[in-house]
Amino acid sequence: MLSLGLARFVVLRNITTFRRGWLVFVSGFFEPIFYLLSIGVGLGALVRTVATDSGAVIPYADFVAPAMLATAAMNGAIADVTFNVYFKLRHARLYDTMLATPASPRDIAVGEVTWALIRGGIYSAGFLLVALVMGHVHSWWALLALPAALVIGAAFAGVGMWATTHIRSWQDFDLIFLIVQPLFLFSATFFPLSTYAEPLRWVVRATPLYHGVVLERALLLGDVHWGLLGSAAYLAALAGLGMWAAGRRVGRLLLT
Amino acid sequence: MSPDVLLSARGLTKTFGNFTAVDGVDFEVRPGEAFGFLGPNGAGKSSTMRMVAAVSPVTSGELRIFGLDPAVDGPAIRARLGNCPQQDRLDEELSVEENLWVYGRFFGLSKAEVRARADELLDFAQLTERRHDKVEPLSGGMKRRLVIARSLINNPELLLLDEPTTGLDPQARHVLWDRLFRLKRQGVTLILTTHYMDEAEQLCDRLVVMDKGRIVAEGSPRQLIAEHSTREVVEVRFDADDHGEHRDVLDGLGERLEVLPDRILLYAHDGDAVATAVTHRTRGGSEPLSTLVRRSTLEDVFLHLTGRTLVD
Amino acid sequence: MTLSSSRLTPGPRRPLSWVERTTGLVAFHRVLLRRTWRGEAVSRFLTPVLFLAAMGVGVGGLVDRASGGVGGVPYLRFVVPGIVLASAMQWAVNESMWPVLTLIKWNQMYAAMLAAPTKVADVLRAHWLMICVNIAWSAAVFIAVATAFGAVHSWWALLGIPIAVLTAMAFVTPLFWFAAARQDEEGFTTVFRLVVTPLMLFSGTFFPISQLPAWLQVLPWVTPLWHGTELARSAFLGDPVADRWWLHLAIIAAWIVVGAWGARRAFQRRLVA
Repeated sequence: MLSLGLARFVVLRNITTFRRGWLVFVSGFFEPIFYLLSIGVGLGALVRTVATDSGAVIPYADFVAPAMLATAAMNGAIADVTFNVYFKLRHARLYDTMLATPASPRDIAVGEVTWALIRGGIYSAGFLLVALVMGHVHSWWALLALPAALVIGAAFAGVGMWATTHIRSWQDFDLIFLIVQPLFLFSATFFPLSTYAEPLRWVVRATPLYHGVVLERALLLGDVHWGLLGSAAYLAALAGLGMWAAGRRVGRLLLT
Repeated sequence: MSPDVLLSARGLTKTFGNFTAVDGVDFEVRPGEAFGFLGPNGAGKSSTMRMVAAVSPVTSGELRIFGLDPAVDGPAIRARLGNCPQQDRLDEELSVEENLWVYGRFFGLSKAEVRARADELLDFAQLTERRHDKVEPLSGGMKRRLVIARSLINNPELLLLDEPTTGLDPQARHVLWDRLFRLKRQGVTLILTTHYMDEAEQLCDRLVVMDKGRIVAEGSPRQLIAEHSTREVVEVRFDADDHGEHRDVLDGLGERLEVLPDRILLYAHDGDAVATAVTHRTRGGSEPLSTLVRRSTLEDVFLHLTGRTLVD
Repeated sequence: MTLSSSRLTPGPRRPLSWVERTTGLVAFHRVLLRRTWRGEAVSRFLTPVLFLAAMGVGVGGLVDRASGGVGGVPYLRFVVPGIVLASAMQWAVNESMWPVLTLIKWNQMYAAMLAAPTKVADVLRAHWLMICVNIAWSAAVFIAVATAFGAVHSWWALLGIPIAVLTAMAFVTPLFWFAAARQDEEGFTTVFRLVVTPLMLFSGTFFPISQLPAWLQVLPWVTPLWHGTELARSAFLGDPVADRWWLHLAIIAAWIVVGAWGARRAFQRRLVA
């Protein structure tokens, strides 16, 4: 792991409080599994097969499973760095307390994002295992699916935390969901990019979750090509940018 | 029940599981008076107030408010009563005036009535300029005044105030006292709880001292001081870690002597005479750092009755 | 005893009828709504648009090509009533947990209501009435959008509004009970993950429950969402009287009644102590 410095105390604090809410933690495993099951027996039976954007014809559940993994990584990260961070920032005043110690705003941003990633990583690993058992994993490349999920998580955690520092009331969270929901529905999650008209395809290609879905789908199906490095770079750049901006904002909000 | 009794309690008791919060108290409140419950935290004041406000069922004993039984006629009682609880219970995301309107509607007032009352009450609570502001950023004193204004929305005959000034700064307290005094002049009966002696002395015509769920004394502030203290108190401080060492020197001066960690109190009818005696007795020996004569207050009564140990 | 006609004069005051008590309390919820409706309206309008575009048109295209729709009905028309009902459930859950705990604990407005001449039953009735109104207009917006998508072919689809309200209430009353027994909001997320998500996925929203293994069909049978979806789907497809409509209604009603009984008890215990 990267050297976290003082950020590790932020992580440790989160682990401590989290041990009490174990049911919440465990329930996080079930959600993507419910989706897999529902799509496997339900929509999968109605849609049967689908042609991927690289031309392979595969069962529908094999098409959706990797997208669920990418989505779960996004949702996990967003949930952690929006609601929870907002609460700590505005209500519990936890960061003020932390900044009274030698910790810096950067430590806080890195710490929160790391925590989101640890949780997201555990969930992703659980999901991969279930996908494997249900027969949706077709290649040894899938070993890279977990690190890929962490990159997706990092990208959304960074940007999500930055967005949270701009939120003024609980009602503003509706806005975050108005962004997350279309990403969930339209990032070639449930139907291939070829469904869209050409100009819309470019819009989808510009969004982050699409690249996460592309990565995971290629890795689980073993359909690997050099273009994936582009998707990975896009997400990594977003993660770095998000964390940098979030650290700056936390500093500006609290060190005044 | 005679017509000049607004509220009466006989053997009023409240238990929560095994814990007895209020243990068989008797009291009466007459129209137009300001009646106080004085006591340390946990004495049972708030539980009593909640029963009197007809929002908490009586465990046993008899309670009549406006001659009505709260178990049967709760709504009819609450319609004529103003309730100002310990927590502010404001919707902080609504504006100041919206909080008043909304509350008035709970009493079945029409929109027009609510608006007219709100205008008067905002003026009364000196909040007219802040009427459109959200509640959240208001100061503690302003929120408190808003809660009192809100509890007056139905023009109550009886106003209940549970620790109205706890947590406020001195200016804010004085503004509030002034407002409450005006209400009393308008004929509103006030029942309040407090653990501030100065508040009880300022506002109450009559009060009861509560401790561990029971009433330990009752009367006007003057009567209580006369009964449970002396006219004056002499406070003597020595340069000593343990003031007990100096007890013998002062023994026999005044009516009663009490040793505190940082001073010795001498209860006396003529404080100046006792102070002079103190000077005589200690001359040449270990002289006190200071000798102060002051009038006896409710605090002396209170501490005498409820003890000096800290109550959490 | 003479009663004064005004509620502001000294002496006994004319008691409030239950209608007056309810309107007074509803006024509070209306003021709250006045503050939040813009955000709500946007999300309640956009959510159906997004879902219809993705599930109806996107996935619908795949389903229709492979299986010719569901039971001869194009997928878009099949899925719309399902999504209306699943959304009604989500709105219901959202309005029954955090807001309830807020009014109980964080701003204590329920206690403020009960300091006035009202009772626990009035407090619940007013809040539930307001939620019904919210669900009704949200469902109406949804159905209007779906009509614009060409997914609605019968006027009977309007029956979807009361069906959505009833089904939503089958979640609202038990969740009020649940929320009133909670000390903090931990556990609310779990309700979403362990109740709302599986119900949405296995209650015939996106595919008929006959595709589920028999043991899993028990879940939609004993919970409200599938029953509402069956009633609504039949209405949307032009038949206002669904097969075994009485059974579906009875199960929904049972949830509402049991939930209301528990909610009232829990509120009494929490607020009138």
